[in-house]
Parts: sequence; C-alpha cells; structure tokens
Amino acid sequence: MPLWQIDIYPAEGQTDREGLRTQEEIHELGLHDSLQVDFARGFLVQGDFAHDQAVQLAQTLLADSVTERSVVAIAGQDSLNEPPGDNMTLVNVLPKPGVMDPVAASTIAAAKDIGFDVHAVRTMRKYWLSELDDTVLDSICRRALSNDSVEQVIVGPLEMDQLDVGEPHDFKLTTVAIRELQGEQLEKLSRDGQLYLTLVEMETIRDHFISIGRDPTDIELETIAQTWSEHCSHKTLAGRIHYRGPGADGTPEADERQYENMLKETIFAATQSIRKSLGEDDWCVSVFKDNAGVVTFDDEYHVCFKVETHNHPSALEPYGGANTGLGGVIRDPMGTGMGAKPVCNTDVFCFAPPDTDPTTLPPGVLHPRRVMKGVVSGVRDYGNRMGIPTVNGAVYFDPRYLGNPLVYCGNVGMIPIGMEEKEVMPDDLIVAIGGRTGRDGIHGATFSSAELTSESESLSGGAVQIGNAITEKMVLDVLMQARDRGLYSAVTDCGAGGFSSAVGEMGEKIGAEVWLEKAPLKYEGLTYTEIWISEAQERMVVSVPPESWEELRELCESEGVEAAVLGRFSPTGRLTLTYHGQVVGDLSMDFMHDGRPPIIRDAVYHPQPTTSVDLPALDAKGHADVLLKIMGSLNVASKHWIVRQYDHEVQGGSVVKPLVGPLCDGPSDAAVVRPRIESRRGLVMSCGMNPHYGDFDTYHMATSAIDEAMRNAVAVGAAPDKVAILDNFCWGYTDRSETLGSLVRAAIACQDMAVTLGTPFVSGKDSLNNEFSFNDADGKRQTIAIPPSLLISAMGQIEDVSLAVTMDAKEADNVVFLVGQTKSELGGSHLLLNLGMSGGQVPTVDQPLAKTTFEAMHQAIQNRLVRSCHDLCEGGLAAAATEMAMAGGLGMALDISPMAATGLAATETLFSESNTRFLCEVTSENADAFDKLFAKAGVSAIRLGVIDDSGQLAVTSADQTVLELDLAAAKQAWLEPLNW
Amino acid sequence: MAAPRVLVLRAPGTNCDEETAYAFEQAGGITERVHVNRLIENPALQDRYQILCLPGGFSYGDDIAAGRILATKLRQYLAELVDAFVHGNGDRLVLGICNGMQVLMRLGVLTEGIESDNHAPATLDWNDHGRFEDRWVDLVVDETPCVFLKGIERMYLPMAHAQGKFVAAGPKVIESMQQAGRLAVRYANGDHGKVQNEPLPFPINPNGADANTAGVCDASGRVFGLMPHPERHIDPTQHPFWTRRKTQPSQGDGMAMFNNAIEWFS
Repeated sequence: MPLWQIDIYPAEGQTDREGLRTQEEIHELGLHDSLQVDFARGFLVQGDFAHDQAVQLAQTLLADSVTERSVVAIAGQDSLNEPPGDNMTLVNVLPKPGVMDPVAASTIAAAKDIGFDVHAVRTMRKYWLSELDDTVLDSICRRALSNDSVEQVIVGPLEMDQLDVGEPHDFKLTTVAIRELQGEQLEKLSRDGQLYLTLVEMETIRDHFISIGRDPTDIELETIAQTWSEHCSHKTLAGRIHYRGPGADGTPEADERQYENMLKETIFAATQSIRKSLGEDDWCVSVFKDNAGVVTFDDEYHVCFKVETHNHPSALEPYGGANTGLGGVIRDPMGTGMGAKPVCNTDVFCFAPPDTDPTTLPPGVLHPRRVMKGVVSGVRDYGNRMGIPTVNGAVYFDPRYLGNPLVYCGNVGMIPIGMEEKEVMPDDLIVAIGGRTGRDGIHGATFSSAELTSESESLSGGAVQIGNAITEKMVLDVLMQARDRGLYSAVTDCGAGGFSSAVGEMGEKIGAEVWLEKAPLKYEGLTYTEIWISEAQERMVVSVPPESWEELRELCESEGVEAAVLGRFSPTGRLTLTYHGQVVGDLSMDFMHDGRPPIIRDAVYHPQPTTSVDLPALDAKGHADVLLKIMGSLNVASKHWIVRQYDHEVQGGSVVKPLVGPLCDGPSDAAVVRPRIESRRGLVMSCGMNPHYGDFDTYHMATSAIDEAMRNAVAVGAAPDKVAILDNFCWGYTDRSETLGSLVRAAIACQDMAVTLGTPFVSGKDSLNNEFSFNDADGKRQTIAIPPSLLISAMGQIEDVSLAVTMDAKEADNVVFLVGQTKSELGGSHLLLNLGMSGGQVPTVDQPLAKTTFEAMHQAIQNRLVRSCHDLCEGGLAAAATEMAMAGGLGMALDISPMAATGLAATETLFSESNTRFLCEVTSENADAFDKLFAKAGVSAIRLGVIDDSGQLAVTSADQTVLELDLAAAKQAWLEPLNW
Repeated sequence: MAAPRVLVLRAPGTNCDEETAYAFEQAGGITERVHVNRLIENPALQDRYQILCLPGGFSYGDDIAAGRILATKLRQYLAELVDAFVHGNGDRLVLGICNGMQVLMRLGVLTEGIESDNHAPATLDWNDHGRFEDRWVDLVVDETPCVFLKGIERMYLPMAHAQGKFVAAGPKVIESMQQAGRLAVRYANGDHGKVQNEPLPFPINPNGADANTAGVCDASGRVFGLMPHPERHIDPTQHPFWTRRKTQPSQGDGMAMFNNAIEWFS
C-alpha cells in the first residue's frame, strides 16, 4: 500500500509565518543570529489510492486554496526534496510512534468520511535551513526544532515506506522473585523497575508475599508502587513527623510537635475547627475526600475547586506537560461527586528568567524561554479547546526554577445539589469512557515523586504525553448527559496511575475484577501491565449498574465517544486482574490501601535571623528610577502576552477580566465570573504566592500568601466570610529534615491563619523532591533545589456581581485612601531585589487585624463607597499607586505626611510590602462615610491624596517631593519585558 | 407568528453553544442544541427550524484548519440541509459565529456568487501574529443587506480566535463583495472609526484582515458569519470596563443581532 507524502507550503506571495517564527526562536535561544528558515507542514498518508486522488485529498481537505500550495508524491520521491528557496538543508520532525497525534487521528476520520481508503496518517514538520556546520545543526534540531522525548528528527530526505503500527503482544506472565531479596537487591529492584519505593516499603511488600506463600507478578508490584507513590498517597506529609521549630519568641527549637499525620493535624484540622465553629452555617460540603473540594453556591448548585501541579512532565516537554496538566485537573471536577461541569481554569507558573544565558544551561535542561512558551501554549490549547475560560493566574521568576519549572493548573466546576456524593454498588460494571489506552504516560505517578536528573529525559520519556482536548470535551458532553439520566453510580478520573489508581480507589471498599484485554487500545503490543498502569489521557471510569449499560453505551456511541466494560466491582475485597481469562494479579484491597508502612521523619526549622538594612538615601529621582525597575521586573511586569492567548470569556460569564481599565491593560487583582449565565451570583478567583519570603521564614511566607489571596479576592468584592482556599506545596527534597522542617512550619502557619480568618482549606496537593541534579563541567554532582513554593488559591463568592470593583482609577478629583498598617518590612521586597540588597524584616501578618480589615473593606464595597480598589504587594504603595493610576489612564497626587506617625522613612513608606493593605479610590461625597466606617472598625484608613488627570504619579512628604514618575514611561517599562 | 425555532449545531469541540442558545432565547427564540450526528441520522429534523446557528468552538479540534472538518462533513452528509437554509425558499436565516464563520467560509456559502479563478474567492487565515488572541474590538457596520445587522451602526465585542484573518483572493473580490454590501462589518478605530478598506494597524484590526473585514454575508443578507462574539456581550457586566460607567445599559451591544434575527420572522 503506497505511503503518500503531502507537503504544504505557503502559496506564492504569502508570508511564511512559521518559518519566521522558527527563525526568531533560534535567534532568541542564542543558537544562530540570522538563520533562514522555510517551513512546510506535512502529512504522511498510508492509503490505497492513486496520485490524482492523493492530489485531490490535498486540495479538498488538507490545504487552503487561497493561501497554500501543496506538493504530493510517494514518500521518498525527489519532488518532495526540492527546496522551496535557497535553503538546502532539510530537517524533518515527526512524532515518535505511539505519541498522541490528534491531527493525524482527525485526518483519518475526515478522509474516510469523504471516501478515501486511508489506513494510517502521521503529521510532520519540514524545515529548510541555510547551510550550517554539523554541531550547530544538531543543537538547533534538538533545542529549537524538536523535543527528544516525543519527537524524532530526520535530517535529509525522508526514507519511509510505511507507518508503524504496533505488533501483537505475546502473552507471558512475569513473576518477580522478591521473597529471596534483601537490602540492596530490593533497592535495585525498586530503582530498575522505576517503582521509586523505599527499602522499608520494599521489605513490607516482600514480607507480605512471604506470608501468603508466593511471589508477586510484575503487575502486582506495579499496582502497589502506584498506590503507595507519593503522588497518590502523600505519604511524607501524611506521615509521622517529629518537628522542632522556633518558638513564639523566636527561641530556636522551642516549638516541638509530634504528628501522627501532619496534614491531618494541621491543614485538615483547621478546616474541621472552622466547620465546627460555623455550626449550622457550615458551607463546606465535601472536603479532602473527593477529587476536588466542594462548597455551597446557591439553592441549586454547589461549586468545587481543585489545583494540581504537573512539574516534572513540563520540565521535559513543556507543551505536552502543561497541556496534560490542565487536561488532568479538568477531569478532577468532572470526577468529583457524580460529576461537575467545569466553568473556569486558573494557572500559575514558576520559571527561571527567560533571559538566562543559554551557554550556562546544565545538561538536560531546556532553556526557560522555551519552557515558558511551551507551557503557555500547552495550557492555551487545552483550555481554549475545552471551552473553559482561563481567568486567573500568576507567573513567578527565580533562577532556582531552572531545572524544575512549576506548573500549577486549577479548575472550578459546578455540581447540582444532591450530586456531590457517589457510591459504587456491588456488581456494578467498571466502564472506561473516552480516549484509548496507549503506551504513553507509563510511570507518571512514580516518576512525579522522584527527583529530576539530567538523565530523566531518556529514563522517563514515556511519562511525557500530549493531550487531545477534543476527546475530553466529547467525554464531558456525554458524561453530563449520563449523569443527568442517572446512568452510573460513581465516577472518577483516570489520572496518575491510570486504571490501577482509578479502579483501585473506586473498588477499595468492595473489590474489583478487571478484564484487561477489554480495554480499547491505540495500537497493538501493550502488555497487560502497560494497559493497567498507562496514564493515557482523556479517560474517565464510571461504575455502571448492569441494567444501565446499554443506555450508556448508546449515548456514548451517539456522540462518537468510546466506552468499554473493563470488569466488575465484585464484593470480594480483592483486586483480581485477568488477561484473556488468566489471572495475572490478585491482591487484597486491605494490603494495597492500608499495608504501607508509615513514613517517620524528623523535621527541623531555623528561620534566617533578621538583619537590618542600610537603605541608601534616595531622592525623588532615585525613587522614580527604582520604581521603574520594579515595574519592569519580571514578577511585576504585565503578563498580557499570556493572558490574551487564553480565552477568558467563553461560557459568557466574565464579569471582572484579568485585564481591566479603559485600555484593557490594567492588572486585575482577581477574576469575577458568573458560573450560571442566568444568575447574578458570582465566583471570585484569586491566588497568593511569594517564594522570596520563604528564604526568610516559611511561616511568614505562608501567612503572606494566604493574606495576598484573600486581599485580592476581597478587593474585587468577595465576601471574606465565605472564601475557600487550596494549598499546593511544591518543595525540594523532603528527606532532608531541614527541608521538611520548612514545609511543616508553613503548614502550621496555614493552620493558624486559616482558623483566624475562618477560611477553610477544601483541597490541596503537594509535589515534593523538586530538585535537579547534574554533573557540572568538572564532573562534580550539582543540585539545584527550588525555593519553598506554596501557592494559595482562593475561591470567593459575590452575591450580586454588580457590586464588583476593579483596580483602575476611575475619575479625577476622587480621593485616595490607604487602608491597613504599613511597617518597616522590606525583607524579600522588590525594592531590595532591585537595589541588589538583602536582609530586612520579612512581611508578617497581624492575623486578627487582617480579619477585621477584610471585613471592613468588604463592608465599604457593599455600601458602594469604593470606586476602585487595589491590593498592595510587590513594590508596595509606590507600585500599587502606579498601577492604579496607569490602568485608569489618569494620574495621582499623594502626600504621605500623615504617615509620619509610623516613624518610617519615605523610602520605607513607598516600598514596604506589609500585608493586609489596600489602595482605594472614593468619591469626595463618600470620603467621610468611608473614613468613619474604618474608624469604627478600628482599621487604619489614611487619606493620602487624589486622582488627577496629570498622567503623573507625584508623592510629597512635608512639602518635599519624594517621588515623581511619568506614568507613560512606567507603562512602557511594565509592558515591555514580556511583550513577546 | 410563533417564536422561531433555532437549531444550534453541536459537533465535537463546539463550546459556545450554551451561551449562544441563551442569547437567542433572551431574544425570544426557541432553541435546541443538536449534535451533527443526529442530523446525519435524520436530516428531516431540519424542518423544525427557521434559524441555523453554528456557534463558536474548535469543531473537531480545528485539526488540519479551523472549521475544515465540520465543513467537509456538512458538505458530504448534509448538503441538502445546508442548501435548504442557505437557499430554499429564502425564508430562513443562518448565523456562524467565530468557528461557525470558519465553517461557513470553508463551505463557500459566504462568498457564493463571487468570481475568482480556480480557487475559493476568500479564506480565513492565521492571525498575522500567528497565535490565538482574546481582545475586545470596535466594529462598524457597512451599508449592507445583512438581516442580523439591521439598524446597527457600531458594536463593541470580543474576538477570540487564532485563524480569523479574512484574506480575499484579489482586489476584485474585495471590490465586488463591498459593492454588494457583503463585507458587512469591519474592525474600526475606536468608537468613531469609519468603514475603510485601507488596513488598520494591530490591534485595531486584530488579525490583519483584508479591508478590515470582521464579518461577511451572502447576497441576500440572510446568511451571515462573523469572527467576534456577539453572544459574549448581551449583559452589561460582560463589557470589559463596565465598572467605569455610572449607569448601566439594559443590555450589551451584541444583543441587537439576536433581536434582529427573531424580529425578522414577525
């Protein structure tokens, strides 16, 4: 059967956009200054038809008749190797066999629809480059044109005569003689099999099999490893920990605590105590037990929220990692209760600076600019295709994220009241819906629990995947209909660990038998173990009463979604796996879920001692210069390049967008959406994070993060008494007691702060061992650990969205108030970072005062006294005032003399990053009422000045000008750095 | 006359169907969201409806090119249905929004009757900057027979697409389409910008479209496709700076299009 190749070039006179983009990227990565690139996209099509038909296929389906031209020939023929211009070096890039190729799958279906006998398709990209020496060509191929973990590169003519499809798998049952192994042998087995289990765990498994008198099969060992992985069981944080940290007065190791289950006794405990104190008014519905945390919304719906990380896959293949990261977290609400409808996404990223010198990259590390572009595209393509608006996010930069970028993706879903619980019934059928199972994503769960090294790429390439959002959208469409028709009794997503985790969790209380050969496969050749642990994307597992199966099957078929019965939840208390009738695994659910030995660890924490800072004397110009630098620093700079690539308005519920103001370019504090288009009730999405503060004390980092998430939510109008928060801990190697200590200290802070504010944690996740090891030029082992990175995501509510407030200054002559206390807190501040200084007091939170301040701020907004409101964070008062005035296209004149009582120097007043502060714009008619409201609450609200239309930010103190900044220049500095 | 019935077509990857149906309902229509497979099984279903709407999304992933696969499917299996709505007795309406416009362009119904040699008279190409963009745009309506735009002079709507650059096969195409009022709605410079063919710079013309074209209709004005999303501006709080206004209008700019469609049948 012929293999046709169809190359599609821009038609004459059309711009070669992809060629120019590639050229620019090669330049940005420092690989070549002026390489010429011609680009073509190509299709390899295996099908039983002649040349004229292949041409017809190209013209009717594949190429655009106005803007493109195509070259059609049997693969390998000369006409395909004629360069379109002067560039003679041909590079072909193809997805590796077995890697998801959504366009190829769609092409097969569409070509068959119009009568072409197509058997297989693979897409490809062709680059024609100008003359290069081999080493440069090699590095361009590897670093700019392709990604080794999912793609293959062929330089020169493509010689192929057929597309690979898998070979049938010869069944062979494999057992592992674990009973005879000791110590190092067990460790070797764990390492070689990529099980990532500890010696104690391996010994427990060995002893279990000794006690039942047989050796395990490979699939049994894998199942246990998946279930016991850090990713699935959170064994470190839910383990026994002995902690010593600083006492309340700072005495080293005076705070000693013994945890049986650290997470339960800190974060969960906070939620329990809040729920108890709320009594009948408890608005938590289902927390820390399902795929997402559920809270009440209105009379008909609950709302759920989950944030996950996908760090390790994103380090190796940024596009696919982030793509499947978002795709995965969307399945969490879909798999919560009886299934929630996703209504918005959030995303937060941590990268090394994109201007990192390419020559300093350690081996195995992708350039951060490439990581960032890939991650953003990955999130974009999944979220946009699913039709879920991505409404809130943040990006942080620090060189320590070089080997370990962080990708946090969140999703919010609405669930009808009464659908929040699920229960698998005995003898229900186990049904898989959605994507087929392939060899992709093998060992994702265990891999994500391990430390990355420069060799990870070759070792764990299989853990990296590309998603297919449309498959997931189709699954969502049928799942919602099946839910409403009552066709299943429980649902969960297939995430880390694939079927092994999904079926294992659902059948935990009952038991399950699984017929592995029944799983629909992408291609032949998978072993029974691969079928069981593959983390292929876009799959959900539902538990279906036998009498409902036919209706579910028909529903799925009617929308082209694949559904297959994989087994039955048999009331045996055992997990029995068979392949064509032969038992390949038989484990007791008890051993899988309760047999893991507890991890016992020591944790100790010593915060950095506070040091004083000798601030340089800065005059008005000095302040303006450093403020400009702050506005242009990566953490503060505008993220519009990212924001605009996300559809943040699909579903029609957008109320406060990520970019606000008359020019749609002001940085909004939080997003407001109406999740039900027919209702006026809104959700408020915000986040808080500041890895720089963790270098001083992770306690204050954690309280600051919660404070920031809260003040962002309150600033746009969220009611502070109903904000649900989520924790995501991304940390280094927690086997080190100091690293674990820094985490426990942050968890204690979360507990304290949540209880004081009455903001329950409803869900959370951790990602540990985020360190990158490599051998440097001298052959010495080097390790880069990420800074402690706690993301707090907040979900608030607003009764009537017409009460929402935005941060852009509205009108000249309105009064400007500073709400909250300013202290001398410059530790980790953007002032010091930009002055190249260290030390200082890290910002702390007066927790009871924070609660009162949020309540008063909300009351002022409810009373419609606030025209605009902006939280103070990086860059303090100076940056907040700049952003507010700039976003409104206006100016601002402030006099900080009233703050003299604080005893702070002007520089501190302008740039301190003290928590729980807001800058508010109030009409002059409302100024007194605003003043009184805060005075009554006992919260500082200082009248600092007015909005004007000068286009300047002018700040005086005792008649002296201390800052004068042209806002056009500030805006330029702020827009420029990430304006890609 | 009874309220017109609107067929909101769903396909794998369609994702603006709910809010688009909601907008038609707010205007007084009766809507049904129907999967393309149901129509293929039972083409007679189409008799129930007076309006065919192809909403936004990524039909079939926009794999190969935006809207291409759904257009191919419609041409292969539902040619009669398309013909009945587009031509028929001239008593029905067709609206394609964003991905829906992409599908209508690939089907050729928006450029029908325009001469060009050997290839389509026009197409929708990648945005000039080569990526997806979500941005609010000022639009101005040209003199046009378009039913949906009756009485509308300007609109402020969000666009959200990657492949929405209208490219005509030559100046003659632009000329004949413009003369027939078929380049019905254009990107404009602010809220006073006029219709002009001279390309406006980014971001006023957000994708580099020829003649600043944002929406195109057929010769009768009953068949209309546009890239920006009218269904995303039917409520005042969808406006990107509604918080700056001291009073709010009763509805957003996009609502008038849906009202026009329903009123056409009264």
